[in-house]
Amino acid sequence: MKKFSKVISALMASVLVASALVGCTDAASTETTDSQAQSAQESQGSADNGATFKIGAIGPLTGGAAAYGNAVCNAAELAVEDINAAGGINGYKVEYSKEDDELNAEKSVNAYNTLKDWGMQILVGSTTSACSIAVSEYTKADNMFQLTPSGSAVDCVKYDNVFRVCFSDPNQGIASAQYISDHNLATKVGIIYDSSDVYSTGIYQKFVDESAGKNYEIVSQEAFTADNATDFSVQLQKAKDAGADLVFLPIYYQAASLILTQANTMGYAPTFFGVDGMDGILTVENFDTKLAEGVMLLTPFAADAKDDLTVNFVKKYEEKYGETPNQFAADAYDAVFIIKQAIEAKNATPDMSISDLGDALKGAMTEIEASGLTSSKMTWDASGEPNKEPKAVVIKDGAYVSAE
Amino acid sequence: MKIDKKTKSNLITYGIVVAAFILFTALASTGNLSSHMKGLLVPMTYYAVIAVALNLCVGILGELSIGHCGFMCIGAFTSAFFSKATAEILPSGIRFFLAFLIGIAFAALFGFLIGIPVLRLKGDYLAIVTLAFGEIIKNILNAFYIGLDKSGIHFSLKNAMELGLDESGEVIVNGAMGITGTPHDSTFTIGIVVLLISLFVVLNLINSRDGRAIMAIRDNYIAAESTGINVTGYKMMAFTISAAIAGAAGVLFSHNITTLTATSQYFGYNASIMILVYVVLGGIGNIRGSVIAACILYLLPELLRGFSNYRMLIYSIVLIVMMIVNWSPKIIEWRKRTLGKFDFRKNSGKEIA
Repeated sequence: MKKFSKVISALMASVLVASALVGCTDAASTETTDSQAQSAQESQGSADNGATFKIGAIGPLTGGAAAYGNAVCNAAELAVEDINAAGGINGYKVEYSKEDDELNAEKSVNAYNTLKDWGMQILVGSTTSACSIAVSEYTKADNMFQLTPSGSAVDCVKYDNVFRVCFSDPNQGIASAQYISDHNLATKVGIIYDSSDVYSTGIYQKFVDESAGKNYEIVSQEAFTADNATDFSVQLQKAKDAGADLVFLPIYYQAASLILTQANTMGYAPTFFGVDGMDGILTVENFDTKLAEGVMLLTPFAADAKDDLTVNFVKKYEEKYGETPNQFAADAYDAVFIIKQAIEAKNATPDMSISDLGDALKGAMTEIEASGLTSSKMTWDASGEPNKEPKAVVIKDGAYVSAE
Repeated sequence: MKIDKKTKSNLITYGIVVAAFILFTALASTGNLSSHMKGLLVPMTYYAVIAVALNLCVGILGELSIGHCGFMCIGAFTSAFFSKATAEILPSGIRFFLAFLIGIAFAALFGFLIGIPVLRLKGDYLAIVTLAFGEIIKNILNAFYIGLDKSGIHFSLKNAMELGLDESGEVIVNGAMGITGTPHDSTFTIGIVVLLISLFVVLNLINSRDGRAIMAIRDNYIAAESTGINVTGYKMMAFTISAAIAGAAGVLFSHNITTLTATSQYFGYNASIMILVYVVLGGIGNIRGSVIAACILYLLPELLRGFSNYRMLIYSIVLIVMMIVNWSPKIIEWRKRTLGKFDFRKNSGKEIA
């Protein structure tokens, strides 16, 4: 009897688990077949009968990098709302959904699969490089069009279905080296970078490569890691002792604000030169923005630029989400409008299969010339890299102004 | 033929795994499984594998290790390195098999080396040393730059430029950027096979003469030593096997996700503690329980995606409730009274002993 009840209970438990799982998968699969049937029906009718483009976004919405993921997902949402308010894409409305990846490549793939079950046709994401690379393996298999707003590592656009809006890490390194050399900003350069961060090491490596034969020399290269990003006096002292008159900081703004503060206390005042991760330094709490005076940075976006597009975007974003958008948000906002332009260029319709849509958009990307928040002229080649001018800004009187 | 109780219990464990495999494969082939669920199958198997490994260490050997993700990390990196380096030379089947051997061998080697000093310690001290080990592995791997070109392997601790690769060269391990582009070889079938093998190894070890010696050490160190059991030898054996199985989980991990970085969300102590939660919830020393707990707890936050930002809160509450329902003596008593003979858990205590 005991044996029997044990077997029965094991059976019952497995049936329970199975039914729970089947229950949820059934729901999802019927949903997709429904929507497929719907879109098939609707494609027979006219364009404005409710068929929609489904755009998904992935980013870290919780955890330490939530600021980036939220910026991307919020701005993409805002862009979709703007598009829908203006009548959609070719008369089709756009639906939008976002998923959290917790800055974890494994979860990012799970998020991608969840969005696919929802019916996503085009992906804006993932927000961060490693996640974007992991997801691209799957979008490649599905031939889904993927446009990452901010995945800057080289391998993000390894596949032909993936394009990006931001500069790649190497391009930022190269552009920085050229800018410093062309404008005779320095003779001796010190570098402080985050060796535990993909973004930072990527820029650093290319910067050093590109610096060979330039009119300055690199006199100190000091690393820190995310675990000890609080005290930079050693790195700064080394740069100072080596006589660096420009310190290159290919890092994010939180650490940069500490470096500026600590350099000030030790009475060391070189030119500080940053890249797009430095954007946001003026918003750091308890940071004396006077210290950032004269800091130069290469960035595609400055929230206080005075052109209409930026002013409108910043106003709407601030109203809706209560914070000032950063470059991640700008990249994502542009990404959605780039997708719109690409769809319009090919007259694509929502009833196309994911793969057909992917092929159409891939072709469109190399033909269109987009303008947006991050650049007035962006073009792409088949490699997926954007061609756009890097903008250098300098901080003057607590605001970004063009360095030219 | 009379099957003894332990064999039967083991067969049930294998049966559950095989049944789950058949069920999911059938669902997937008939198109009833969402892509989300399909994507979760492989991670479920490797978390179950590492839960089995940790249960051997915590439940059977009785030593608390909170650095087991360090062994997983070693298995992941060594095998991914091998697969990436030989991606164009070997056919995928043989390559993946060799990758397993390499990942397991390196994890076992490190388990052995770490075991020598660590197993002299007990309790809290051991836990802290294993924690430190996990962190050290992660940080060391973050500083590695390894490249491959015609003249062989180049190595640097400074940066990728120091490698001095010629134009045919390729940077395989790129510091904090880790290894990208590992071939996507892990499948649900292979995951299940690895899980079955590790279950087979661990369950047979438990029921063997060696296993009884290991449990004797756990229950009373001095008594075991006085009966002539080679305490150090058996401890080393269990710890090394545990590390090796964790390495196998790492191989599955690195061949499932194409970007491998030694960061704390995959291999840090938080991840190790998550595995420990699987083991504790499934029942310390209860191998079957840890497999089931690993699957359920991995699935839970994913199935709660609908609740967006609240899912972590719900997950924690569910975790607390599950712990209480499973292990609070009062609740167990109540469960026995109301559910009586239908409570199939009531024998689990005896299985351990």
